[in-house]
Amino acid sequence: MNDVSVATAPAVIPANKAGLEEKISIRNLRFYYGDSLALKTINLPLYKNLVTAFIGPSGCGKSTLLRVLNRMYDLYPGQRAEGEVIFDGANILAPKVDLNLLRSRIGMVFQKPTPFPMSIYDNIAFGVQLYERLPRAEMDERVEAALTKAALWGEVKDKLTASGLSLSGGQQQRLCIARAIAVRPEVVLFDEPCSALDPISTSKIEELIDELKSEYTIAIVTHNMQQAARVSDKTAFMYLGSLIEFGDTDKIFTAPTDRRTQDYITGRFG
Amino acid sequence: MILSLLATVFGAAWLLVILGTLVWNGVAGLSLQVFTENTPPPGGQGGIANAIVGSLILTVFGVVIGTPIGILAGTYMAEYGRYARLTSVIRFVNDILLSAPSIVIGLFVYEVLVVRMGHFSAWAGGVALAMLVIPVVVRTTEDMLLLVPNTLREAGSALGAPRWRIISSVGYRAARAGILTGVLLAVARITGETAPLLFTALNNQFWSLDPNAPMASLPVTIFQFALSPYADWQQLAWTGALVITFAVLTLNIVARYLSTLGQTK
Repeated sequence: MNDVSVATAPAVIPANKAGLEEKISIRNLRFYYGDSLALKTINLPLYKNLVTAFIGPSGCGKSTLLRVLNRMYDLYPGQRAEGEVIFDGANILAPKVDLNLLRSRIGMVFQKPTPFPMSIYDNIAFGVQLYERLPRAEMDERVEAALTKAALWGEVKDKLTASGLSLSGGQQQRLCIARAIAVRPEVVLFDEPCSALDPISTSKIEELIDELKSEYTIAIVTHNMQQAARVSDKTAFMYLGSLIEFGDTDKIFTAPTDRRTQDYITGRFG
Repeated sequence: MILSLLATVFGAAWLLVILGTLVWNGVAGLSLQVFTENTPPPGGQGGIANAIVGSLILTVFGVVIGTPIGILAGTYMAEYGRYARLTSVIRFVNDILLSAPSIVIGLFVYEVLVVRMGHFSAWAGGVALAMLVIPVVVRTTEDMLLLVPNTLREAGSALGAPRWRIISSVGYRAARAGILTGVLLAVARITGETAPLLFTALNNQFWSLDPNAPMASLPVTIFQFALSPYADWQQLAWTGALVITFAVLTLNIVARYLSTLGQTK
């Protein structure tokens, strides 16, 4: 299977291999910031229980693409998307979608850690309380489970009432991951989750992403190509708002078909 | 350098002279009686208890009426209408209101409330003070909420939290110290206001807690007593001035402390 494409035409998607279920299908997606076209007709699947990495030079549209998937762009005027993003059979770009419900099903972890100015416990409970009324004991369990999954429980179990802001950067980011998965989403979007972290925290979070994929569908934007190679199963290379190449991570990094992909991953530009 | 230093010393010196005079003259009349007895007739014994309590009540009215309106308006401007044209209009009008002479506000309330009700009242005084509170609170609420990073709002949104929930649980919490500082500064400002009260709450020689009746207040009492020809009234005015100055000073210090607390967090 060859991934051949040119800048303006939609990338050719490899045939769906047996056993891979498309959790999200992006079809003919175009995205505008005001009048300027930021994403040029993107077609891309996100497979269930796999990690898909978006790579590409700064400004190529990878973060924009990620922010379309939970319609985060809706917070700002002048930003709009055309085309379809099918999530469990429904187009999430349709006007009547319940955005809050959508975002509770598609979680997001941001570039900078963003703990809320409240206790560690409340940081996790905040999202859960939005959609579920849990008795105290069950909430305690939920908080513990989320923190355990985010590999943070051991470090914070004795200070759950301390402010989330008192944690170190790496811990804060894991708190944000715990917060995102406590809501039990189906998809988790990571927007350069390690770019503000030291190498040790980074490797912890990468391990975590690897463990999370058994339960969630994951998309990650990263500037770090080693990271993309380490954590992802599929990689999408984007350039100037177009999807240039998409395929198995091994293949993209060892035998890319497009010249620009090759140039980028070998460090010739970007 | 020397010029600006001189100017600083000049300014600070006058402040010290004012404070010094105030303490010198005020302390002489300071006694328990000041806080327990009502304003006396000329030549009689008495304190300024009714004025102190009146000032407290009027300030509470002003804050209770003005703060919610100010916070809600500031919230609209920073959160819901950040890109709306209305917001820049409100901000402009609010800035004018912020620097409007308080006597104009007093006259306005006089026209709108006192004349219609037919008499001076503490309500009218509270409303006039509220109108001084509102612009300060609107301004600080908007500024403080704008300081809350958008990434926090996005993080709240990304969990599926509705807008009002993000504002109340995350925005206000992050901006709490700043907004509280704004409210305290507004309190400090209205505690010393005389002009808007002259036309609204007027004054009262007697103990009164009735909001429908005229009410005594420290600034107006000081104004009246200081201009009087009676030595004992003048002494009470000094003491009242001392009390109010230290109350406002304390409020300002607390406000300053709270705002530094907010920055280190």
